[in-house]
Amino acid sequence: MRFWGAFLELRRHPSALVGIVVIGLLLIMSIYAVVRIPYSEAVRLWRAGEVVWLENPRNAAPRWLNWFGAGLPETIKIGLQNAEKAEEILGEDTRRTIYRLAFDFPYTRFPGELALFFQATYKKIPPQLVLTWRTPDGREIPLGTRTVRGNERYVVSGDANLLRRLGRSAEEGLFADLANPKRALPGRYELVMEVYTFESGASLEAKLIVYGRVHGWAGTDHLRRDLSIGLLWGAPVAVAFGFTAAVGIALIQFILSGLGAWFGGVVDVLIDRLTEMRMILPLLPLLILVGMLWSRSIWVILATLIMFGSLGGQKTYRAMFLQAREAPYIEAARAYGAGNFRIVFRYLLPRLIPVLIPGFVLAIPDYVFLEATLAVLGIGDPILPTWGKIISDAYSQGAHFKGLYYWILEPAALLMITGFGFAMIGFTLDRIFNPRLRSL
Amino acid sequence: MWDNIRRIVSYFSARAVLLLTTVVVAVYLIIIIANMGGYMDKIKESEIMEQVYNTVRGNPALQRLSPSELRAILDKEIEIAKRRAGLDKPFFPWRSLEYLARGITLNFGRAERMISDSGSNQVRLILLERLPHTLLLWGVADLLVFFTSVFLALALSRRYGSLVDRVAVALAPASTPPIWFYGILFILLFASVLRVLPYGGFVDAPPPKTTIGYALSVIKHMVLPVLSVFIAIIFSSLYSWRTFFLIYSSEDYVEMAKAKGLSSRTIERRYILRPTLPPIITSFALMMISLWMGGIVTETVFSWPGLGRMLYEAIQQVDTPVIVGANVIYGYLLAITVLLLDFIYAALDPRVRLGGARRS
Repeated sequence: MRFWGAFLELRRHPSALVGIVVIGLLLIMSIYAVVRIPYSEAVRLWRAGEVVWLENPRNAAPRWLNWFGAGLPETIKIGLQNAEKAEEILGEDTRRTIYRLAFDFPYTRFPGELALFFQATYKKIPPQLVLTWRTPDGREIPLGTRTVRGNERYVVSGDANLLRRLGRSAEEGLFADLANPKRALPGRYELVMEVYTFESGASLEAKLIVYGRVHGWAGTDHLRRDLSIGLLWGAPVAVAFGFTAAVGIALIQFILSGLGAWFGGVVDVLIDRLTEMRMILPLLPLLILVGMLWSRSIWVILATLIMFGSLGGQKTYRAMFLQAREAPYIEAARAYGAGNFRIVFRYLLPRLIPVLIPGFVLAIPDYVFLEATLAVLGIGDPILPTWGKIISDAYSQGAHFKGLYYWILEPAALLMITGFGFAMIGFTLDRIFNPRLRSL
Repeated sequence: MWDNIRRIVSYFSARAVLLLTTVVVAVYLIIIIANMGGYMDKIKESEIMEQVYNTVRGNPALQRLSPSELRAILDKEIEIAKRRAGLDKPFFPWRSLEYLARGITLNFGRAERMISDSGSNQVRLILLERLPHTLLLWGVADLLVFFTSVFLALALSRRYGSLVDRVAVALAPASTPPIWFYGILFILLFASVLRVLPYGGFVDAPPPKTTIGYALSVIKHMVLPVLSVFIAIIFSSLYSWRTFFLIYSSEDYVEMAKAKGLSSRTIERRYILRPTLPPIITSFALMMISLWMGGIVTETVFSWPGLGRMLYEAIQQVDTPVIVGANVIYGYLLAITVLLLDFIYAALDPRVRLGGARRS
């Protein structure tokens, strides 16, 4: 069949081969995303809020930036089990335990944030603690005393008192090199924790997190979410959205154009008016309206898009069907007594499928970008992570101004690669299937 | 002769009636969607109720009244306020048809929430205030793209198969991303990293005092949006015009002209451009009316105070009169253009016969 021959011919076009490889990779990425992180898990990770991601740094760049000599600190986590411990019994049930949480900080850039997580078990009297910070050059900075009641988080960077004393934020003040205050002092730092417990069974667990400025292969956003999940899950969403919209709309318009051209008369006039109406109705404002007023779910938007696209056919298809209608083989079908629908669906439509295919492949990236467009306007899906949504988050959080370029560039690159992949195949198919171009 | 004119007139009036019907139905659909099928009324109603409650409760003269008396006053006030807002009639069919009638007759009235920069809430003034900005940006960008691509494509079609031609074809997929997408990349590059051009907006703040300074500042703000439009559209536009010219330049009569030894300029002008004029004019006209809507996303990304951004703001605030106003004008422009194109086609192409003409 000519049809499959044309697909085989794709192999001879290098740009189509690149496109096929890109789409193949995209499909593998989609399948990996769906298998590795199930839908419900993805939604939970993306939408549960900061609780899930407490231990991730905020707005961290991707780790591979360090390969190019960015020298950005990684996140350092130390628990009490890794600390040097000295215990002393002061009274009946009163004990003092001194922990020295020591860690190497080999960077000259400041870390992102500093936080302590506590978990205290006690019956009546909560444990108390005294915190002291020791820098590699031997200075001691008292961080004050605390009473820990249950599960607590002490964000050292958010301590207003400390900020006033240091004259700058904690992550800078505690790490600064006195000789050059704009740089961090590399070396071995120590957090000394004097813990006082007043009951026999009382204990305290603690963890120090020195948040870095890099995380994972994709970095994190303002909510500490690992962008890799959003980027991975963006792939199946983009493919599903783009493909469904393109197939749905192309097929419906194709069939409607065919029916109009075949039956003529009232049917044709009606379908033609619908086509003109769709041309008048502005698609994007309507989708924005639907998104604003009804639902922002990506599936509702998809359904609206297909419904809107199904208003009428395509003028170009109609012209071609009008021509094909007069073909002798249709006449032959009529002569042997084939019914209207049989002729339309068995003879008329299949004949023009080659014309449909390139346009349909070229339409896929348009709808992928349409989803991104809606997301950038703030009408993205409220639950699912999509590439457009990540760009929109980055934009509204001022990633442009804060120098968090990776946040915009990563989803943008994925969108662009996807778009190019489909477009390269589409343009080649156009050249193969379009007979007037082939003869040139 | 008279017979001909009568036929033309009747054909065009039939077309005009059909197109008007299409516009009316499309506008009615927009009205229904913009009112959430009448649900907006309920929102407005509760807003009115809250307002009335607050004014009545806050009126010291009414403090001493008994609850039932107060209730009666409240009901009456709400009734009056609802009638004032026109909510006493149901949305279907009365008020929706009223909106439709007013929209179709270009009687847009007042905006519900939006206010123009000069402080008016007349939809007409809000639209007119934004129009010049949109015309400036999209006029410059679209004309640039249109003429560059048509002339380059003509040149390319002459050098079919050359390296330049193949590069131009290979670059066609670069037009897949939309304008705003290139926009954010260019903003990132030229505004964030290189810091040579502004992030967006129309003019520096505060605006320069001199006219020349003002113009220069506007031009500086236009560079990135125009560049984005250009890069986003030029490649596909070039590709399709090139293909189009190629098809026409492989016609037999062009071969014939070549065989006659006519100069390539004459061939281009009289044998290629002449028959391709109607489609070129069509796409030019459609491009010109697309100026009206501006670009919602592009204008939003570049904070350009044009019609597109206004429409987006109107949708965000669910300001139905503004949404309907902008769309009605678009619909009319499109319908008039389609009608005019029919006419131009008939004038330019002797093969096109208007409806009813007897075929020989």
